This record gives sequence, structure tokens and C-alpha cells, in this order.
Amino acid sequence: MARRFVILGLILGLSALGYMTLGAVGSWSFLIPFRGAKLAALLLTGASIATATLLFQTITANRILTPSIMGFDSLYMAVLTVLVFTLGASGYAALPAPLLFFLNLGVMSALGILLFLALLAGGRGDMLKLVLTGIVLGILIRALSSFLQRMIDPSEFSSLQAASFARFTHVDPLLLGLSALVSIPAIALAWRMRHRLDVLSLGTEAATGLGEPPRRGQKQALVLICVLIGSATALAGPMSSGFSGPSNFLGLIVVALARMVTPSFRHAVLLPSAILVSGIVLIGGQTVMERVLHLSTPLPVVIELVGGLLFLVLLLRGSRQ
Amino acid sequence: MITIRGVSYEIQGQPILRDIDLDLPRGGVTALIGPNGAGKSTLLSLIARLKKLQSGRIGVDDLEVGKCSDRDLAKVLAIMPQSGHVSARLRVGELVEMGRYPWHQGRPGAHDREIVAETLTRFSLDALRDRFLDEISGGQRQRALAAMAYAQGTDYLLLDEPLNNLDIAAARHLMRLLRDMATGGGKTIVIVLHDINFAAAFADRIVVMHEGRIAADGAPETIITQDLLTGVFGTDAEILTLGARPVVMV
Ligand SMILES: Nc1ncnc2c1ncn2[C@@H]1O[C@H](COP(=O)(O)OP(=O)(O)OP(=O)(O)O)[C@@H](O)[C@H]1O
Ligand SMILES: [Mg+2]
Repeated sequence: MARRFVILGLILGLSALGYMTLGAVGSWSFLIPFRGAKLAALLLTGASIATATLLFQTITANRILTPSIMGFDSLYMAVLTVLVFTLGASGYAALPAPLLFFLNLGVMSALGILLFLALLAGGRGDMLKLVLTGIVLGILIRALSSFLQRMIDPSEFSSLQAASFARFTHVDPLLLGLSALVSIPAIALAWRMRHRLDVLSLGTEAATGLGEPPRRGQKQALVLICVLIGSATALAGPMSSGFSGPSNFLGLIVVALARMVTPSFRHAVLLPSAILVSGIVLIGGQTVMERVLHLSTPLPVVIELVGGLLFLVLLLRGSRQ
Repeated sequence: MITIRGVSYEIQGQPILRDIDLDLPRGGVTALIGPNGAGKSTLLSLIARLKKLQSGRIGVDDLEVGKCSDRDLAKVLAIMPQSGHVSARLRVGELVEMGRYPWHQGRPGAHDREIVAETLTRFSLDALRDRFLDEISGGQRQRALAAMAYAQGTDYLLLDEPLNNLDIAAARHLMRLLRDMATGGGKTIVIVLHDINFAAAFADRIVVMHEGRIAADGAPETIITQDLLTGVFGTDAEILTLGARPVVMV
């Protein structure tokens, strides 16, 4: 197991090195901070999504779910739309970036937590209901924002579109710092929960019998999940941004890979391994696509494709058991 | 001592348990028997706080179920539930080690590992130690789950139909083990059984449940009668007496 972690670490190191140095044009004094910020953003986003997905799979006792099917990116677009709708494009552009970040983070975490807690309080741990409600809510929010988008003046609408793309072509160091301030403590808390998560993963009855009633752990994990996804989306934007935003399937791929590379039920193993794999997929993937193959296809598209196939495989394999 | 006072339980208006009063003193093997749906699992789940108490009180020694800390209770009382569902994919050895969780909180020490090794041997699971739970037979799985509850090292051990899927050798072996734990180790064992002959052979005391009530309670010889079979179970099997022990002819 230790050897596998060393290998994962080496691959991640190589990917990062490749990402920083390959295809360098222009002066290093510009490139290093520019690419360094993007590298850090990729690592942070990857780690947040890997952690959130692992926690989500543990508390739902399901290995083919990721929190992003709950329509977090639709919430992000909704916030954006409502802001442009109420403030106008110029008013929106005048908003300071940190305010936007916290607004996004706040809305996404608050709504996510509210939804989860309401559902947890209702049906006794009926996670399927929770997930279905999340999906339906995501569709509803998407419909509402596209309704609002139609009422926005066309010229303002194009600035809305630009806003949802442009913010991610380069990484604002201030946002990166804010996101790190939120995500790193959340990941640390998840790490502190690792032994309790092992117990929770056994199931409700076994966990209760061992003195670890699942409700509290589930709630804590859900809060962490919402904050992590919220912070990652607020930093990198949703999937549709075309950058490295939390793709629907990224979490699924990296956690499934982590389970393959370091097979264990222990979160002390799975958590770091999923984070490493996530960094490799995002940074290695970005390096190979951009710097080696010179493809213009955005990485999330490839991730969606591979992830979609993996999802089908997991689904079919699961249904055969 | 487990004290149960005025415990009722209902699901969507349907009464499942009706005003149960029961004392289970320290030490000995108590068998809980009764027809399907009598409420045996519900009662056991309430004692082990797997279900939330709706009315009445349950105490385990000086701990009050539902009020005391879950971790404290986990060091005093272990349960092997009827469903035995385990969501995670883990190995037999890892499962038994999780049984020690209330003591080590995720960081097993030498003492915990010793107990795990001893438990695995005791339940004849050494050869299966590194096999995944979903890659062993139903009876082997049942044994692993019983071993996990045993490894928890509590004074009280509740087992809900642990003999399911066990062959006769494994069933007798497990019952002997429980018997020894009670006689030699001073542990208190409460076990739900369907085979009345096993109850008669191994239990000090039999508690009969019927439609959410305690229908009878006492030593096996006094409980296992023709009336019990016809009145509670609604079947007319014959009862023979071999030595002092009643034997149901199936
Ligand atoms: N989730 C539920 N919803 C509705 N009724 C339930 C539920 N769980 C149990 N019951 C009912 O509660 C009653 C008692 O169930 P319990 O599981 O305690 O029985 P039992 O004595 O353990 O039976 P068995 O020998 O079959 O295991 C049964 O009549 C059952 O139908
Ligand atoms: Mg039962």
C-alpha cells in the first residue's frame, strides 16, 4: 500500500512538473506565478471534489453517486443570473470578486445543507429520496434561471455568458486564497473524521451498535460536502465554464480509481488516495491534452465522456451482483 | 441487569410491542422465542438503541438507553442484528477488528489485535481472515458477524437469530461458546432463537413473545409445553421428555 502511495505521489509530481514547464512561451517570471496559480487551483478543486465525493458515497452507502448530480452547477448559474438580472451587467461587473465568491459559497452551502437536513429529518435516512429530490431541484433551478435569462436584455445576457466563462481563463490569486481558506480546513475535518467514516460505512445498525450513531456523522459529512463543492465551484466555476470546473463525473472517476489502486474500506487510505488520483487526472489530463497533444477539447469534455462510460460500467456491474 | 419498564412501540398506529416489563439479570443465557412477527427483533433493537424508544424506559446496569452516551453503551452491550447488513466491502479480519472500535476509536493497539486474533480462532475464521464478506458463504458470514459482536468484549451480548444459515456443527459450536461465556465469563447473553430444541438445550431461561407481549417466562422445562405450541405457535407438534429436557418432535 505504501508503495502505491509513493507511485501516485511520483505521478502527481511529474504531472505538475510537466504542467509547469512544457510548452513554455514567454518569460519564466511571468509563467511561474501564472501557471502556479492555475496548478494550485486545479489541485485544490480536485482535492475538494475527491473528498466531497468520497464522503457522499460513504454516507449514501452507494458507489455510483457524486454530489454534483444534485445540480450544484445549476445553483451557480442561478446566482449569476439573478445578479445580472437585478443589478444589470455593469452592476454585476462592479461587484468585488471576494463578495461574489462568498455569495456563491454561501448560497450553495446554505441551500445544499438545508435540502439535505430537511430530507434527513424526514424519511429515515432515505438517501435515494434525497438524491432524487436533489436532481429534481436542480432541474427546477435550471428552468428558473433560463426563464430569468430570457427576460434579461440580450446585450446584458451576452455579458452574463461572458461572465460565466471569462472568470476562469486565469485564476485570481485572491479567490484562490479564499477558496484554500475554506477547502483546506474542510478537508482537514474530513481527515479527522476518517475513523468515524469507516464505522459509518458499515451501515446504520452496525455503526449504532459500535457507539457511532450515523445521524450526527451524516450531518457533519453533508455540511463538509456542501462547503467543499460550494468552494470548488465558486473558485473554478461549473462544468459549463469549459475550464476545470467540477465536472459531473470527475468525483466518480477519481474515487472509483482510488478504490482500484488502493483497495481498502478505510478512509485513512481512500481519502489521500482519491485526492492524489484527482490531482493526477486534472493536472496530468490538462498537461497531456494541452501541452502534449495540443488538443483544443476542454478536459471536462473528456472527463464527462470517460466518466459517463465508467458510470455505465459501474451501474451494470452493480446490477449483476 | 437489563430492566425494561412499560415499553410500548408502534409503527404507523400499529402496535408492535404492548407495555413490556421484563428484567434480565446479570449472567446466564436467555432465549427469546416466539412466532414470526411477535416483536422479538423490535425489543432487541430497542434495548440496543437501534430503534428509538417511544414510551417506557430501558436500563442496562446504571446506563439509561437513549440518555446515556452511545459510546459508553457500546462498551457494555453489543448486538448482532437480524439483517446483519454491512454496506462497506471489507475483509473478515477487518470486520472483527471493527468490533473493537468502541475501545480503540480507530487506532487498534496490541491488546485489540490480540483479542481479534483470539476471536478469529475461536470462531474458526482464521482461514477466512483475508476474504471479503461478499465472497464467503452465508453461514460463514453469519459467523463473522457473531465474531464481531463477540470481539466487542461487552458484558451484555444480544444476538438476533445467530444460528441462521449455520450447519449443525457451527450452530452447536456457537451455542457452546455462548454458554461458556455465560457460565465461565459471567456474561449476559440474550439470544433470539427459532429452534426451540436449541433454546431448551442451551438457555437458562426462555422468554416467549406473542403479538407484542411477553406470553411466558421461565425455565425451559416449565415453558415448553403442548399449550405453548398450540396457543402461541399454532402448531401441534408433539413434545417428548428426554432426561429432564423437553424435546419438540418436528
Ligand atoms: N418497518 C416496518 N413497518 C411496518 N411494520 C413493521 C416494520 N418492521 C416490523 N414491522 C412489524 O412489526 C412486527 C414485529 O416485527 P419484529 O421484526 O420485531 O418480529 P420478530 O419477532 O423479530 O419476527 P421474526 O421471527 O420474523 O424475525 C411484525 O408484525 C412486523 O410486521
Ligand atoms: Mg426478528
